Amino acid sequence: MLSRTITADTEPVFHLEEEHAHAEGSSTMLGFWLYLMSDCLIFAMLFAAYGVLGGNYAAGPAPKDLFDLDLVAVNTAMLLFSSITYGFAMLTMDKGRVAATQAWLAVTGLFGLAFLSIELYEFAHMIHEGATPQRSAFLSSFFTLVGTHGLHVTFGTVWLVTLMVQVARFGLIEANRRRLMCLSMFWHFLDVVWIGVFTFVYLMGMLR
Amino acid sequence: MPDSLTKFIFGRLTWESLPLHEPIVVATFVAVALGGIALLGAITYFKLWGYLWREWFTSVDHKKIGIMYMVLGLIMLLRGFSDAIMMRLQQAIAFNGSEGYLNSHHYDQIFTAHGVIMIFFVAMPFVTGLMNFVVPLQIGARDVSFPFLNNFSFWMTVGGAILVMASLFVGEFARTGWLAYPPLSGIGYSPDVGVDYYIWALQVAGVGTTLSGINLICTIIKMRAPGMTMMRMPVFTWTSLCTNVLIVASFPVLTAVLAMLSLDRYVGTNFFTNDFGGNPMMYVNLIWIWGHPEVYILILPLFGVFSEVTSTFSGKRLFGYTSMVYATVVITILSYLVWLHHFFTMGSGASVNSFFGITTMIISIPTGAKIFNWLFTMYRGRIRFELPMMWTVAFMLTFVVGGMTGVLLAVPPADFVLHNSLFLIAHFHNVIIGGVLFGLFAGIAYWWPKAFGFKLDPFWGKVSFWCWVVGFWFAFMPLYILGLMGVTRRMRVFDDPSLQIWFVIAAFGAVLIAFGIGAFLIQIFVSVRRRAELVDVTGDPWGGRTLEWSTSSPPPAYNFAFTPVIRDNDAWWDMKKAGYRRPLSGFRPIHMPDNTGTGIILAAFSVALGFGMIWYIWWLAALSFVCLIATAIGHTFNYHRDFHIPAAEVTQTEEARTTLLAARV
Repeated sequence: MLSRTITADTEPVFHLEEEHAHAEGSSTMLGFWLYLMSDCLIFAMLFAAYGVLGGNYAAGPAPKDLFDLDLVAVNTAMLLFSSITYGFAMLTMDKGRVAATQAWLAVTGLFGLAFLSIELYEFAHMIHEGATPQRSAFLSSFFTLVGTHGLHVTFGTVWLVTLMVQVARFGLIEANRRRLMCLSMFWHFLDVVWIGVFTFVYLMGMLR
Repeated sequence: MPDSLTKFIFGRLTWESLPLHEPIVVATFVAVALGGIALLGAITYFKLWGYLWREWFTSVDHKKIGIMYMVLGLIMLLRGFSDAIMMRLQQAIAFNGSEGYLNSHHYDQIFTAHGVIMIFFVAMPFVTGLMNFVVPLQIGARDVSFPFLNNFSFWMTVGGAILVMASLFVGEFARTGWLAYPPLSGIGYSPDVGVDYYIWALQVAGVGTTLSGINLICTIIKMRAPGMTMMRMPVFTWTSLCTNVLIVASFPVLTAVLAMLSLDRYVGTNFFTNDFGGNPMMYVNLIWIWGHPEVYILILPLFGVFSEVTSTFSGKRLFGYTSMVYATVVITILSYLVWLHHFFTMGSGASVNSFFGITTMIISIPTGAKIFNWLFTMYRGRIRFELPMMWTVAFMLTFVVGGMTGVLLAVPPADFVLHNSLFLIAHFHNVIIGGVLFGLFAGIAYWWPKAFGFKLDPFWGKVSFWCWVVGFWFAFMPLYILGLMGVTRRMRVFDDPSLQIWFVIAAFGAVLIAFGIGAFLIQIFVSVRRRAELVDVTGDPWGGRTLEWSTSSPPPAYNFAFTPVIRDNDAWWDMKKAGYRRPLSGFRPIHMPDNTGTGIILAAFSVALGFGMIWYIWWLAALSFVCLIATAIGHTFNYHRDFHIPAAEVTQTEEARTTLLAARV
């Protein structure tokens, strides 16, 4: 650590003798956290918009007419399972087992795709019934909030595939571990946001 | 070519989109085109493309990126100021039945562009540039936390600026005012491309701003030299930290609200429409939840500049460092609790208005504390009235007036009278010019020798200073008076001839400011010409107190040959007093990030994406989006982003400096 420029103890130390290297990627976790919080703020705005506009049906359909809670419950399960499997991927990564990590990542990706498919089915169904984003402010804010979350999951899935390719090519090197950690935070973050969506949009919507 | 094919290729872009019927715009275009061709020709003639690309455009060096931000801010200042002086001229002559020389279609674009450009593409690049250049040096770091991201952020800001500039010649800009309130900015009332230009320019630049905010927070938290605890950080670094926290905690709000406006315009959703349950006032709330912190994003770093300048040129440690830090943090927090004072007239009722009125008034307390801290720093100091100090004194005198009219506006009943009047315009120009701009000039004069190794010419600096300060008072005091008489903002023609004299005085002030800008440009030109006389080899021309003055001017790529160890607030002052001697041997290889062109490529695709979306050229938008993602992913496959500066090279650089210093004595 601190090595003295001059051996005499009284002489003040003005600089480090050795190269004081900030380990590569030492700020990455903090930086990614900050990014997640900024993203969280975008969701906060969309939640706020839903809070203001969520009751403005404009004589159109209301949550009770549209939401199929059973379907949403299945969907929620898909996302929650994907978070668990991502956790397993991280555990195997810690043990340095490439194949197992890749397998768990693949399972996570499949759960993510299942979530997206169910969401798209739900959207298609609603639009088919005439509940389009243009129909009312409630539906505008609903589609935007839920859709933004879905878009995030889509990007997360693309990222997941990219990382799987990189792990396959370069192995579980330090840089890849760091990237997997970032995606892990991203994935769990989306889970937390979804719990908010499930509670405030779907469950409380059914109580309106 | 069949019509549908043309439409597919060009979207709604047609020959009619070019504003050939506006002679002012055509003349501007010709001038800009000729200037641009001359510039590009000169670069080609002197074979500078390779140099610019290698040494600047792809550079991840925080100092170079900082300087590029300043250049961007300066160029856009010229554009933003042209808009300003056009408005002043129009308002000075549009009396007694005269329509002036600008039609309403053009005039409305001008006041919108003026606001947007001055905030997003002048003040923001200037502030970001200053922070980028100074912060790593002040904390004894070699670069920022994420050097590539820094380069990318800069080019995204440029991308936004390019879109705004393009709107001048291809299509038109928004005619909605700088915050584009719906329903006016909705597709029903603004079906043309103006608002789309506005949206995409801000979205592209906003990505850059947010990322650079994250970057600088990480840098300040993680990269400080050993011994520099939080309460030993220079005040400029503190204010930068708070500003970047504000950026990260407010720009996503702008992103979200503009995204919702885009959905309303492109998809036909009903967030801010008048029918189907939309709520336009929600837009006003949300955009000011970003907008109010934004004004503190602009001013806080300049409070830092004034602190550095005052203590340096008074030859004293800053008075009340701790209270200065806490005042900054308190302002940071309070800036989130005042947004509603921008629309007291919305009608939220007495209780809500009182709450926001009181929080607004409370902000003047920490701000006042800062003013007193600066005054007490000067008290019994050995003050040197060099250029940065002159700007600081002018700031204190001017800003206090702006602050007091701000407190006046914070009283809801008074605001009901003054809302949207020229009094408000005078107030915020009073604090933005008197605070942000004066601070930037102080900062530029102060750190210029650090960036280039020679001082700025003081004579032309003083000419610029007096033109700006006097010009400001002439330009905006009449607006206070007009505002008190009830004149509203954004007017193009006037009926009451008794008002004209005030607008003529204001126009005179604007002309003085034009001279101030001119003198500033001459100052730079003259200083470059006279750089041999103005040279500073010590690296510490002002008798500085903070770490950036401990290294050479301009600093080497690695900033510090050895990472400094900090023992006191004014680290460099402490080192000088304790008998610091430059290390002359024992240099080690230094680990540095590598240059990359990915940032500029990504930004170029973003501009193409924005352009495609603005003009409904869907294939272009889709193609650029795919390219954007592919390039970003491709970039992640590059794992080798750094290199070592060999010890021999460091030794060579440092020995050159030793020779230079020895020659001086």
